[in-house]
Amino acid sequence: MRELRPDLAIISEWIEPGSRVLDLGCGDGKLLDHLSRERDVDGYGLEIDPDNIVSCIQRGVSVIQSDLDAGLSDYFDDNSFDYVVMTQTIQAVHYPSRMLSEMLRVGREGIVTFPNFGHWSSRLQLALGGHMPQSRALPNEWYDTPNIHLCTLKDFEALCHRLEIDILQRNVVDTAHRSNIGMKLLPNLLGEIALYRFRRG
Amino acid sequence: MPESIPADSVGLVTTHRHHFDLPLTLDCGRALAQYDLVFETYGELNAGRSNAILICHALSGDHHAAGFHSMDDRKPGWWDSAIGPGKPIDTNRFFVVSLNNLGGCKGSSGPNTVNPETGKLWGPDFPIVTVRDWVNSQARLADTLGIRQWAAVIGGSLGGMQVMQWAIDYPERLRHAVVIAAAPNLTAQNIAFNEVVRQALRSDPDFHDGRYADFGVVPAQGLKIARMLGHITYLSDDAMRKKFGRELREGKISFGFDVEFQVESYLRYQGESFVERFDANTYLLMTKALDYFDPAAECDGDLSAALAGVQAKFLVVSFTSDWRFSPERSREIVKALLDGDKTVSYAEVEAHHGHDAFLIPIPHYFDVFRSYMENVACEVG
Repeated sequence: MRELRPDLAIISEWIEPGSRVLDLGCGDGKLLDHLSRERDVDGYGLEIDPDNIVSCIQRGVSVIQSDLDAGLSDYFDDNSFDYVVMTQTIQAVHYPSRMLSEMLRVGREGIVTFPNFGHWSSRLQLALGGHMPQSRALPNEWYDTPNIHLCTLKDFEALCHRLEIDILQRNVVDTAHRSNIGMKLLPNLLGEIALYRFRRG
Repeated sequence: MPESIPADSVGLVTTHRHHFDLPLTLDCGRALAQYDLVFETYGELNAGRSNAILICHALSGDHHAAGFHSMDDRKPGWWDSAIGPGKPIDTNRFFVVSLNNLGGCKGSSGPNTVNPETGKLWGPDFPIVTVRDWVNSQARLADTLGIRQWAAVIGGSLGGMQVMQWAIDYPERLRHAVVIAAAPNLTAQNIAFNEVVRQALRSDPDFHDGRYADFGVVPAQGLKIARMLGHITYLSDDAMRKKFGRELREGKISFGFDVEFQVESYLRYQGESFVERFDANTYLLMTKALDYFDPAAECDGDLSAALAGVQAKFLVVSFTSDWRFSPERSREIVKALLDGDKTVSYAEVEAHHGHDAFLIPIPHYFDVFRSYMENVACEVG
């Protein structure tokens, strides 16, 4: 098996073999490639970056070049997939709440991962340093970043509640995608990256 | 003329001709009792006969897609940028077949060939052929070449429509379908452009209801105007601005109706050179084939239903500035394939060249194309 980014490895454990998956912002197609080889998963990726489109095609991953902010209705009918996955992308879309609803329109379950803005180092930088936080998970300057909708675990869970979305599974890890007892006890303070699996309530 | 043949060219090529005796029934209800198809091939067919690629040409294309006919040729075949050793359609790995479609004017049976039943030129009496008729004739050509299944059928524009028709009518006879700058049917605006083209041709005093050959003339004015209109619509506003701007040939305006702006000079040149190389009756037939193509029509307008039976894997490509076959139209094809859970990838290439982009080696386009074809080559290896 090829080396897989650890958050993708966690996600792939969550996905039942033989299912249909849509990967939003699929990047170079590693997750779908892995899922199709190891878990007999059939699916498509959506991606906007031209180089990533080429990488996906090289891997034999089915990819549609499309802007996520244009929505999914151009392409996908209701209940077309078992899972709709979006890794490290929800903070970069224009309307995260609309996106979550769209994910659960076309898929039975959704999986998202995002950098946790509630991590203690972000809090410290803002509270004591008085400047916008930067970290391993959020390396960009505030004025030059695709990340326009940062949130904390608490924020995300509050939005799910509002949208009547049931959270089925949650995992928090550091940027090396390791977890420890502290993160389990105080996830919103100690977790750098959050992973969620959810479905319509 | 090429000083020497470039290393990535298929080199000097020859045209083949095959005569078909078995009548071909056409969509229009008429039949061709016998007909000829001319074609070229590049690369070697492998022992398993699994590496064959069919190229479908667009409106003014023909069988000469790559290489040179002689050292005196000024230009190589029309898709030489994409076909050759190491190019996206790599002739070191594929056996490429490119033909002139029925109704064409470059050697296959068409208006400028002799009707064997009358001994006279077909002229305007050549039956109106459709994309489906072409695909049926191409399937017969495949039979004669011993090709049961194409590794891929590839085409841009009207050629892309033939690719779709192949996947619908002969689902088992192609592994991959590469549909570039195409559409599931023409929009009203596109049909309107074609009608202006037809009117330009038919209202030329030298047209003589299509029997111009009997009068020893060609409807040159009509052909010129038709081609000029085509050229304007195949480019984008942006591409024309970049290429010509408002540049004047003589540096100043002359208050007359001769050529003043560079763009006028370009269009006149394109129009005039087209008169030399194309036939008016063929042009009329091609525009009709475009207008009639609509595979969804047989399924009450449901393209997903029309594509439900396809087995080929698809690569669909569109270009952002193409307003005659816009990305929206390619997305309709992609959506219909997704509805049927077909295997499809789609690239929307950023390009300012308009519809002509499909003939231009734009880096992202060719990276996508080459990567896809490499996988096809590995699959049929």
